[in-house]
Amino acid sequence: MDGNAVATLEVRDVHKAYAAPVLSGVDLDVRAGEIHALVGANGAGKSTLTRIVTGLLSPDRATMRLGGVPYHPASRRQAEDLGVRLVPQEAPAITTLSVAEQMFLGRLPHRGGIVARRRLHEQASSALVRLGLGHIDPTSPVAALGVGQRQLLAIAAALAGECRVLILDEPTAALGHADAERLLHHLRDLRSAGMAILYISHRLDEILAIGDRVTVLRDGRVVEARAVADTTRDRLVAAMVPPAVPAAPSVPAGSVAATVARDRPPDTSEHERRVALRVSRLSHGTAVRDVSLSVDAGEIVGLYGLVGAGRTELLRAIYGADPHDAGDVRRADGPPLSIRSPMDAVRAGIGLIPEDRAAHALLGSLPVRSNVLLSSLGRLARWRWFVDTGRETSAATTALAPLDVRCRSIEQPVGELSGGNQQKVVVARWLLRDSPVLLVDEPTRGVDVGARAAIHAELRALAGAGRALLVASSELDELTTLCDRIVVMARGRVTGTFTRGAWRDVDLQAAAFAPQDGDVLAAAR
Amino acid sequence: MTTIARILRRESTGLVVVLAALILVFGLSTGHFVSRVTLLTIANQVPALTMAAVGMTLVIITGGIDLSVGSVMACAAAVLAVALTEWQWPLPVALAAATACGMLSGLFNGLVAVRFSVPSFIVTLGTLEIARGLAYLVTDSRSVFVGARLDAIGAPWPWLGVSTAVLVALTTVLLAQMLLTRTVFGRYVVAIGTNREAVRLAGIDPRPVEIAVFALAGILAGVAGVFHVAYLESADPNAGLGLELSAIAAVVIGGSSLMGGRGSVVGSFLGVLIIAVLQAGLAQAGASEPLKRVVTGAVIVAAVVVDGWRRRRRAVA
Repeated sequence: MDGNAVATLEVRDVHKAYAAPVLSGVDLDVRAGEIHALVGANGAGKSTLTRIVTGLLSPDRATMRLGGVPYHPASRRQAEDLGVRLVPQEAPAITTLSVAEQMFLGRLPHRGGIVARRRLHEQASSALVRLGLGHIDPTSPVAALGVGQRQLLAIAAALAGECRVLILDEPTAALGHADAERLLHHLRDLRSAGMAILYISHRLDEILAIGDRVTVLRDGRVVEARAVADTTRDRLVAAMVPPAVPAAPSVPAGSVAATVARDRPPDTSEHERRVALRVSRLSHGTAVRDVSLSVDAGEIVGLYGLVGAGRTELLRAIYGADPHDAGDVRRADGPPLSIRSPMDAVRAGIGLIPEDRAAHALLGSLPVRSNVLLSSLGRLARWRWFVDTGRETSAATTALAPLDVRCRSIEQPVGELSGGNQQKVVVARWLLRDSPVLLVDEPTRGVDVGARAAIHAELRALAGAGRALLVASSELDELTTLCDRIVVMARGRVTGTFTRGAWRDVDLQAAAFAPQDGDVLAAAR
Repeated sequence: MTTIARILRRESTGLVVVLAALILVFGLSTGHFVSRVTLLTIANQVPALTMAAVGMTLVIITGGIDLSVGSVMACAAAVLAVALTEWQWPLPVALAAATACGMLSGLFNGLVAVRFSVPSFIVTLGTLEIARGLAYLVTDSRSVFVGARLDAIGAPWPWLGVSTAVLVALTTVLLAQMLLTRTVFGRYVVAIGTNREAVRLAGIDPRPVEIAVFALAGILAGVAGVFHVAYLESADPNAGLGLELSAIAAVVIGGSSLMGGRGSVVGSFLGVLIIAVLQAGLAQAGASEPLKRVVTGAVIVAAVVVDGWRRRRRAVA
């Protein structure tokens, strides 16, 4: 770095670890009058770093200075008082408030507890004008604004207070083309006015267009820090990807495939492969756009993408949890299924193992047995109505047996189990239901390393037994160890499909970061 | 027999103890409380509240609430009485009409709540008014005297001491408890109250179950109306004011969670008995009506506090 530019925010040697280290010795400088871009793949440590800088999280070790003065915010409030403000990716909005109230929530000007409306509206107006939002009436309800405008509103609110360092997390993710353009334009103005801006984005083209310097994080370390003028899109993508491990991609493609084929049970040899699930041109709003893919029986297909790429939304659309507006889903080579609800999907032999188990899969206060049996109660009943306890117990026990679930008994409430064991209970539910197609969302989110290996082994065993698995994950290495093929999504669309042996991490990441129509490519700097 | 023992051993043991203690206290303080006549009188008073509480239990376990039971009971009672007297309908037809009246109200509650995703609190609050209004319309806002026409249901059998209504109510309690614990339907009821979205994502449509539960609660409220007319030999359009609150109180005393997912029909029945014994005992002890209300309210609050405290302690252990 050149010695004459003074850093407004100076971050040195940040360390933070939970079970595993998340940040290991990260340095970062944000200078007044610059836009400093921060990029990295999922889990690189960007969020942890921002949380530390904005006082939401305390680091294990760090030296931070703000304007040359030691800076160790104990709370978000304190960070904001010192002028460090974060606009999160999805700024929470209370839709029943007025624009002005939302902007000044928590610091409403008041006289003896009564809100000083005139002063509030004046302050709000001038803050809106500063960001070119003069057309928004501060008295109108937040509900009347679109998602994009709410994002701009959050930025305007941040600028209305004391602000020396503005941190923006994916500010354009929810914006349309025009709004994004306008935002970037105003960010340039703010830069000229001397603001220090830390800009976090997956959209590399935006970074190349407006960034001054860029820092690339990978696995909690800074792997690249340079002027944007000296880098390229390919270089950034390459920096985000871990260097090739000798075992996997450097070995000739054919031999890897051969190893994989040998790992598989003999009954899924190539000539027996048949399509189990075929998705054609499926769309759901803007989250899933025109997605086509297929999964063979006995195959594990990965679904990779950055946060917000539409992985979960795609699984939910296939499953009927959210209605799709176009396209269709077929089992094998059958006719299009009209899946309008999860009941239709389950009847067609599709099961979902959702990411948020507590909210979407488990009956937390009920015993393990009830959770395993939930989707099969009707089948196990006598005369379709009457519970046959003996049959239920043996069915639940049989389904759980291969999974090695750690519980006192099947009568233990499932909420008391560890994350990994809860996951296995959900797997057992679909084993019992005998669903040939399983949609798995983030199979190892929130489980420890041992359980992770066990779950991976289990998923392979499910595929080995002829089931078709579509596994969505934000962790690329999870998918590269697990899958036969990987489908990469970016902003709702499929941007690449890769077969084991023929993929390189660089290509997969490049597909995840792929630019699309409507991106801000106006590189006028 | 072991089944009944097992049912009682669960959540309900504490309630049985409370009930026994109440009877004992009133017995010691009034002298003649523990007598065949007193206990049978209490028994013959409870069928209507029992039916309402059974329906309420199922609704509450799914995570809903039914505020309309009192009005629906009055409406069914009005239809029954007017059908028997003015319209001269045969008894079976009149009984069927009263029950159907309850079922239609319940179906309305369920269909509106599920189809339009309206909280059941709101829908049944509306039905509370609608059914009360209908009760006034049907009876022309007057009490309708039916005489001895329903004695086979409401009058105690001399050789037994209790009425047919009491026997039907007891049978209903046992059948509903079996429905809850021994059928797939019952499992769905509990599962929906525990986590509705998880049930939906497991491929089970929660909507028909919820509608059926409301319809069942309506039917039971209709039958409660029949019992009410049979017991009093007349139908009053003001009948059952606040019945929904007594039923909710019984359900809560019985250990069901207002958040859904947990509850027992037998527990609610014991709750009904506790309320009834309390009322009768206080009356015999010479307590005034206002004082009875104060004490009953205090017991409800105490029961819930103690239940929650016991549950937390068990969860820690």
